[in-house]
Amino acid sequence: MLRCDGLTLAVPGRVLAREVGFEARRGEIWAVLGANGSGKTTLVHALAGLAPVPAGTVALDGAPLGERTNAARAGLVGVLLQQEDAEFWGSVLEYVLLGRFSRARTWFGWGREDEGAAQAALEAVGLAELARRGYRTLSGGERQRARIAQLLAQDPQAFLLDEPLQHLDLRHQVAVLRLFGALARERDRAVVMVLHDALWPARFCSHALLLHDGGRVECGRAAEILSRGRLERLYGCPLQEIEAGSARFFAPL
Amino acid sequence: MSRPVALLALFSFAAAAGLFIALVSGPFPISALLVLDSVLDPTPGLVHDVIWQLRAPRALAAFACGGLLALAGALLQALLRNALADPYILGVSSGAALGALLALVAGAGAVLMNAAAFAGAALAIAIVFGLSFRSGEWDVYRLLLTGVVLAAGFSALVSLTLVTAPHVQVKGMLFWLMGDLSYAGSPLSAWTVLIVAVAVAVAGAAGLDLLALGEVKARSLGLAVKPLQIAVFVTAAVATVAAVMLAGSVGFVGLMVPHAVRLMGVASYRWLLPLSVLLGGAFLTLADTAARTLAAPQQLPVGVLTAIIGVPVMLALLGRTRAAL
Repeated sequence: MLRCDGLTLAVPGRVLAREVGFEARRGEIWAVLGANGSGKTTLVHALAGLAPVPAGTVALDGAPLGERTNAARAGLVGVLLQQEDAEFWGSVLEYVLLGRFSRARTWFGWGREDEGAAQAALEAVGLAELARRGYRTLSGGERQRARIAQLLAQDPQAFLLDEPLQHLDLRHQVAVLRLFGALARERDRAVVMVLHDALWPARFCSHALLLHDGGRVECGRAAEILSRGRLERLYGCPLQEIEAGSARFFAPL
Repeated sequence: MSRPVALLALFSFAAAAGLFIALVSGPFPISALLVLDSVLDPTPGLVHDVIWQLRAPRALAAFACGGLLALAGALLQALLRNALADPYILGVSSGAALGALLALVAGAGAVLMNAAAFAGAALAIAIVFGLSFRSGEWDVYRLLLTGVVLAAGFSALVSLTLVTAPHVQVKGMLFWLMGDLSYAGSPLSAWTVLIVAVAVAVAGAAGLDLLALGEVKARSLGLAVKPLQIAVFVTAAVATVAAVMLAGSVGFVGLMVPHAVRLMGVASYRWLLPLSVLLGGAFLTLADTAARTLAAPQQLPVGVLTAIIGVPVMLALLGRTRAAL
């Protein structure tokens, strides 16, 4: 559903990777792994159509992303940004409601459908109790969950998550991964997430994309791509593989 | 009743009360009953003339000016994502001031002075917009800096004009610079601008809430960022020019009224914009009534009154809501 071909990832003054191509289909959960500065966030922004790419194409259901209006694109692709550079002065509920912008039908205020979607999203991340609180009063982890709730209220077909687990405690890390896993499997969404922890991908992701230093890219099924040798080369540090039942984990030595 | 709705009712009442007080107050005594009578059933006569040819146009001009400034301030604070932005930050008023003062020095009449003020403001807007757009990459940071630098340049030229102008003209110039509604013309054009600007701004208010989160985030949520930014810039600039043409550079209203509304617990621009317009209009109407009655027959520049009345109110609001900040 979300496909890129021949993509060049670059930040001003530096090319990070060339010829990146893969397709995240409905029901798949992709992990994007790489060292700091390897282009993970740049890839997410390119896939979301938030930044122009020097070369290559991104297409959504076969049509180039650039041909869609902003509102149409936001109805199809939702992004969880790694950081937000602004304060929000309203309540948590008002913050989550902003996710409905591309779907809002009325000029003034939100419709009942929007309110319902926002409430359901807050319940899904366990923040329903804090709906009336000021967004600024939330802790870092609660803010991260509010951002996820906003994305759920947006209800796109493809989710692009840049470090969805940051600031979250262990319980909520698992809850968020289960939440997006269920969205992919049960509601046929495509999910692409940038992860930093080698612990989770082998357990929760169906596919993986590795961005190596020097711009080399490997991608494919998680079971084939996520091997000890590849991850050691990716992160440049020795790892051990732990098997527990059917699950595989990688941890630093 | 939710808080914004309650504030809307309160501010609407304040606006009506402010306009009514402006009609009642003045050196020529007219009782409130007579004013009501004249409003409901206009019959020609001295009372009618005082109300409809002197006080009402000035009160309406003050209201429009306050509403325009508060709207422009709120819009620019959203556009530049800077809490210290006010309607004059992009050099519109200093451009207008330079034009007006040069016309004064040249001995021009009111019409020519207005034309010169308009030319100065338009020049400032054109330069700011042109320079920040020229690189092809629209950048709010560049827009802000260009405006501030240009405003500084115009201010320097204004000061130069002030110190080199003949003594008899300096007082009139100072009134213009501090903001003064004594010479305000017909408020009709300002009201037209106000109504159109409010309509445009409220239509884009949902987008402004998104813009407050940052441009990338706003785009990811489906906002066409650049068209909105340009629309907001143009609306704020036109509103500022309309206000400046009416009363010179009245300070404080454009910067502080939106913050006062925020301190009362309203964050969403859907409510913040109309509430700011009402509060700004009511506030400037009252301030102007004070400006023409406090030291009558001497008139005070209303820009001084806005600060003298507004500063303690703002400080009290800040103190009261410290916990919420």
